[in-house]
Amino acid sequence: MKKTISYRIIEGKHPVFYWTLGISTFLILLGLYAAYNMEHYGHIITGMTNQIVWGMPHVFAIFLIVAASGVLNVASISSVFRKSFYHPLARLSALLAITMLVGGLMVLVLDLGRPDRLIIAMTHYNFKSIFSWNIILYNGFILLCALYIWFMMERRMHGSKPTVGLVAFLWRLILTTGTGSIFGFLVAREAYNTAILPPLFIALSLVLGLAVFLLLLMFFSHALGERILQRPKILLGVLIGAVFYFVLAYHLTHLYITGRHGVEYFILADGGIYTILFWGGYIFLGTILPLLLLYHERFSHSRVSIGSACLLSILGGFSLLYVIIIGGQAYPLDIFPGMEVISSSFFDAASKHPYTPSGWEFMLGMGGIGVSVILTLIAMKILPFLPANLTDSDIDPELLD
Amino acid sequence: MNEETSPSNDRRDFLKTTAVVAGLTVAPGMLLYGISEAKPDEKAVSSKIRWGMLIDTSKCADGCDACVNACVNEHGLTEETTPETKAQWIRKVGLRDKQTGTVHSLPMLCQHCEFPPCTDVCPTGASFKRADGIVLVDRHICIGCRYCMMACPYKARSFIHETLENQKPHSPRGKGTVESCNFCVYRVDKGKQPACVEACNQDGHQAMLFGDINDPNSEISKKLKQVNSSVLRPDMRLNPGVRYQGL
Ligand code: SF4
Ligand code: SF4
Repeated sequence: MKKTISYRIIEGKHPVFYWTLGISTFLILLGLYAAYNMEHYGHIITGMTNQIVWGMPHVFAIFLIVAASGVLNVASISSVFRKSFYHPLARLSALLAITMLVGGLMVLVLDLGRPDRLIIAMTHYNFKSIFSWNIILYNGFILLCALYIWFMMERRMHGSKPTVGLVAFLWRLILTTGTGSIFGFLVAREAYNTAILPPLFIALSLVLGLAVFLLLLMFFSHALGERILQRPKILLGVLIGAVFYFVLAYHLTHLYITGRHGVEYFILADGGIYTILFWGGYIFLGTILPLLLLYHERFSHSRVSIGSACLLSILGGFSLLYVIIIGGQAYPLDIFPGMEVISSSFFDAASKHPYTPSGWEFMLGMGGIGVSVILTLIAMKILPFLPANLTDSDIDPELLD
Repeated sequence: MNEETSPSNDRRDFLKTTAVVAGLTVAPGMLLYGISEAKPDEKAVSSKIRWGMLIDTSKCADGCDACVNACVNEHGLTEETTPETKAQWIRKVGLRDKQTGTVHSLPMLCQHCEFPPCTDVCPTGASFKRADGIVLVDRHICIGCRYCMMACPYKARSFIHETLENQKPHSPRGKGTVESCNFCVYRVDKGKQPACVEACNQDGHQAMLFGDINDPNSEISKKLKQVNSSVLRPDMRLNPGVRYQGL
């Protein structure tokens, strides 16, 4: 049974709309203020140093970029895998993919030492650099998603929709691989030099994307019942398991390579905040707890526990990114194998490089999230992204008995 | 041993004056670009040459900082900032062999890799290797992404975290960009030695030998044939231009 779905714009009269608008504007202003100060005084006002080169802004940026590519998954399932269930939600998913990517890129650009030279990054390409490729991949992704949305909204274009959907889907796989490879190319850093990072990033992107999407969906539709949430809920659980599998594989292969025991011991047992974030943040809060909420008979039926599971898996993903990105730098480079460094003015003898993110870095990161939120809201206000009715039977007629 | 070295003043002054004159005639931004082209016009940078350095750790004196001080003077790395954010183009490292317990002292600088990961990852091409093997940052197009710092296996690069003052005209630097040892490329192009090598020799240690490792008749090539030398992290297969003897 095929049923045409009608879409609507959000009214934008509700106080919650204005509150969200206000708060995200505030976040954006904070972010811009931070960027201005980082530009004016230099990165000295951040916690980043010549040892911890990439800090909190990069965690935020990569979080948003990875989630952006994952959130498109909902649209992909609908058009590439032709699952009618996700169909009404495809527009929203493509929109979120754009807005989150833009937010993430903004953070990345504003953290540059010379953000004023962005035009150079856009015109001077070093094609050996995965960074250059990513600039092209990101721009292309935004374009493709926009095209995809247009095709979905324009009746005449419906015929080509699956093709664009497929291209966008493949593109996002490459894009996340590219993001993961940024680290994979750093041969000298023991924590990063592994082929498992790109697939790990893809799995993580699916979790983050789906979690963000479900949260938004539940926010806009109070009528959505447990029955309709059943399928994405199970999918989320499976994806959380997939990330865990890759994390496990990552650490097991490292433990297998004798030379990497040091960095493994550091992350898993001796790394202070990184160890805490790994076990407490990622493993417990981000994996065990959400799985419990999603699968245990006692919780799995309430919207609250599904929502909490989404939030927790986002938190866990963020912790994991922090551990990978910053923990990987906090563990010192092994420049002189077989030697013990007894003195150096450049911290070669340190057992751990310290890093405390400054408030500016958080402000910049939150600014990126603000950009994503505000762009999403405005787009939803102007164009019909949301299905007119979001009850169980509207979304999936097959569910009707 | 720690005394300040002042590489022959008249030569330095000459360099300074010419650079200042040059600096006044071109826009400051253009000057940033200038260093990579400081070679004499009549002689193009040739790939027949490969500049390299051999460091004899047995001659490098523990506690001596002559090379570091010379570099700081030469390039004006004098800004006051935190130790964690300070630019260090060359640093002294003390090592103890875990097996034998022997102790080494050596200077650590950009290794001027033949296959430099820093230039591979640089999105804009600001990090580049000259035909004669010297690895440089064109600070005119560096956007300050620090990817090169993440990629360098030797931690040879520094990011400038603060506004700089009192820069040397011949060695332009700038907040928000990345920099590293450039083998004093503008001196090398004039047939001179890098400042650190000169200082080490003046102090009587002769621990650093600089020259063209492609020229079989150069002093460094001859010595490389006679003695055992090694590179740091040979497993990375970067074939650095800086080699260490006695490690
Ligand atoms: S030592 Fe580092 S900065 Fe120097 S050429 Fe090699 S990778 Fe580049
Ligand atoms: S910091 Fe500058 S030199 Fe280094 S990779 Fe980025 S653009 Fe290239």
